Amino acid sequence: MNEHDQERIDQLLKTSLPPMGGGEPRRDLWPAMLTRLEARPAAIPWFDWALLAAAATCLAIFPGAIPVLLYHL
Amino acid sequence: MPVLEQPSDVLRQFCHGNLDAFEALFRSHQGEVYGWIVRIVRDPSAAEDLTVETFWRIHRAHARFDPTRSFGAWARRIATNAALDHLKTTRWETDLPDDLPSRPLPDPGISEELRQKMAHAFRRLPPQLRIAATLALIEERPYQEIADALGVSIGAIKVRVFRARRLLRKELKRQGIEP
Repeated sequence: MNEHDQERIDQLLKTSLPPMGGGEPRRDLWPAMLTRLEARPAAIPWFDWALLAAAATCLAIFPGAIPVLLYHL
Repeated sequence: MPVLEQPSDVLRQFCHGNLDAFEALFRSHQGEVYGWIVRIVRDPSAAEDLTVETFWRIHRAHARFDPTRSFGAWARRIATNAALDHLKTTRWETDLPDDLPSRPLPDPGISEELRQKMAHAFRRLPPQLRIAATLALIEERPYQEIADALGVSIGAIKVRVFRARRLLRKELKRQGIEP
């Protein structure tokens, strides 16, 4: 791609997508920030903990399954 | 980013998790962070959400901030990552919002169809190339500023811009247009 092609692409791009040029938000974002800060962090569902415990128990009872599991991962 | 940086005591208090200090930093930097993000994502509504997301990440990482460094540069880096994550998860087919700034007077040598095809090709660029092309070619930001925001070298930005141009040309050719 020569210099002329590059300039043509640049010109096309600028004509097709005008610069946004920054700007200011249309509203005060602090209230939204406070809401976000006060939101509780997403909790891990109890089902996931139960699944993890079941998997750990299985591996403890059948340690021979660990290499098979690793092979399939 | 502003030349004026925050007084060091505000930055120190922010590092210790002080909410008032965080609010002071939020209020003094939200405009600049928003302005940077909207340049990248080109959607004012998404940029507002991403500004909150950026400051949420900043708040979470307050203990890792070095108060002797520039808060503005750190915030811009985090904002760039938040915007990049947004581009990665947003479908490229999504139409641009209606509240974009008015277009400049159309170039009589470039048809509306060609402009639409170029915009379509641009939205298909990989996010990393799209950010580099947006900031360098559309917004005409200095390469050093883009490199700092993305945490890469100027050389890497130049390569990304070159690859973006090449992909745009290839995509236009695929659509039967010789740019």
